Amino acid sequence: MSIRARYEKELQSVFDTLVLMCRHIEIAIEKCVKAMIDRDFELAGEVSEDHKLIDQMEREIEQSCLRILLMEHPVASDFHEVSAALKMITDLERIGDQAWDIAEIVTQFGDEDYIKKLEHIPQMAIIVIQMVKDGVHAYINRDLTLARSLDKTDDKVDDLFNTVMADLTALIRKNPDNAEQAIMLMMITKYLERIGDHAVNIGEWVEYAITGIRPEGNEVPARFSRRINES
Amino acid sequence: MGNNQIDTARDSEAVRVEEGGAALNNGGLPESSDMYNITVRNCDLYYGDFQALKSVSIDIEEREVTALIGPSGCGKSTFIKTLNRMNDLVEGCRITGEILIGGRDIYAKSTDVTLLRKNAGMVFQKPNPFPMSIYDNIAFAPRTFGIKKKIELDVIVESSLKHAGLWLEVKDRLKKNAMGLSGGQQQRLCIARALAADPKILLMDEPTSALDPISTGRIEELINELKTEYTIVIVTHNMQQATRISDKTAFFLLGEIIEYGTTESIFSMPKDKRTENYITGRFG
Repeated sequence: MSIRARYEKELQSVFDTLVLMCRHIEIAIEKCVKAMIDRDFELAGEVSEDHKLIDQMEREIEQSCLRILLMEHPVASDFHEVSAALKMITDLERIGDQAWDIAEIVTQFGDEDYIKKLEHIPQMAIIVIQMVKDGVHAYINRDLTLARSLDKTDDKVDDLFNTVMADLTALIRKNPDNAEQAIMLMMITKYLERIGDHAVNIGEWVEYAITGIRPEGNEVPARFSRRINES
Repeated sequence: MGNNQIDTARDSEAVRVEEGGAALNNGGLPESSDMYNITVRNCDLYYGDFQALKSVSIDIEEREVTALIGPSGCGKSTFIKTLNRMNDLVEGCRITGEILIGGRDIYAKSTDVTLLRKNAGMVFQKPNPFPMSIYDNIAFAPRTFGIKKKIELDVIVESSLKHAGLWLEVKDRLKKNAMGLSGGQQQRLCIARALAADPKILLMDEPTSALDPISTGRIEELINELKTEYTIVIVTHNMQQATRISDKTAFFLLGEIIEYGTTESIFSMPKDKRTENYITGRFG
């Protein structure tokens, strides 16, 4: 096998593990939402295993990328591709942590009815899962348009976050006894919102992998700038 | 030659050597010491019917290291040899276009080729010490250019060997034959020999390709130190070496310069797909 072919095989192995890592993230978030809707605490507990697998894959990809950097001394687009993978997996690993954080909260819900209909949170979950998948697929397929679209999609996540926050604030005002569950729901919403932000980061690293230039992030997230403008 | 003699003479003689060096500098090339940038315009070079360089144009800045990279047979070595007219020695070699050093055409009839080669010293892939003592190797060029006094030669020998990072290793055996040095020492001796002629430009054609990693590291450190005083052009097949030591990189392919820019930009974001393919090892 030529040196170049060996290099491409190593990179392909990184791609394959990234896809697998992405798949486990998808499964973990789906389990969280399903466990929440069905009050299936056992299913929420299963996320612990997914979380471990995600961490394990992060270390595996990290080792592969460090080995490539050490042994192959990649330059130009090869260098961008490997270093982007190295950075992306940090965001993916954080997403795995946040899925596990959500699962832990889900296990703490008791038998009482939800104070708010579960509509926006599942919607957020569907969008962020798609964002993570789009980020990883954009990397593997070198799809700049898809990578750049993540920032826009994140606006939808932020809008849903704001809606949930407004609803929960109103529910607490209406009855302070709602506060305990409202805080738990708010935390889940916040974790989903953060997953959206990590997916945007992934999109930015994909852009770096393709162009060699890391785009500048928004200085003030849209939801804050809106509030600043309103005040 | 006694070492004490050199040590005691060093300070007082330094000025005289600098004066002597200035006397060596005056022909063929600019008199101002800060004008040793190289400008090449539309340079074509033929070996008989074969065109080895095709419309090469490049501006090489002084006191910078410029790396020439590209697959074997692409014209790098041919190009570097045009900068001190070493190709004049090749039968059937014909060159057109302009090559200016400090604004002066080095192919003009008035150019003194010997002085040009003194000002643009060359170090080759394989160390080529003369079969004579270490001292005589270094003193060869100054003697050729008229320096006869032993005390002056002593200072030039010591200063050149120190510049090349070899002094401590050879100071006690200057009269020994240079052929007895290791490969890395021989190459540093050749660099010292080039420096003894008080050049402004150093042309290096794969100077470390025959050396072990330690000797290579020493020569790379040396190049890094020398660039504060000399304009250095180096041909290398080692991409990591180019990124470590050069400020600018030119990529040659089939006799043409495909891309030229800062080394960081060439190795980070090459503009031409052919450069990218070469440096990433996809061809060549």
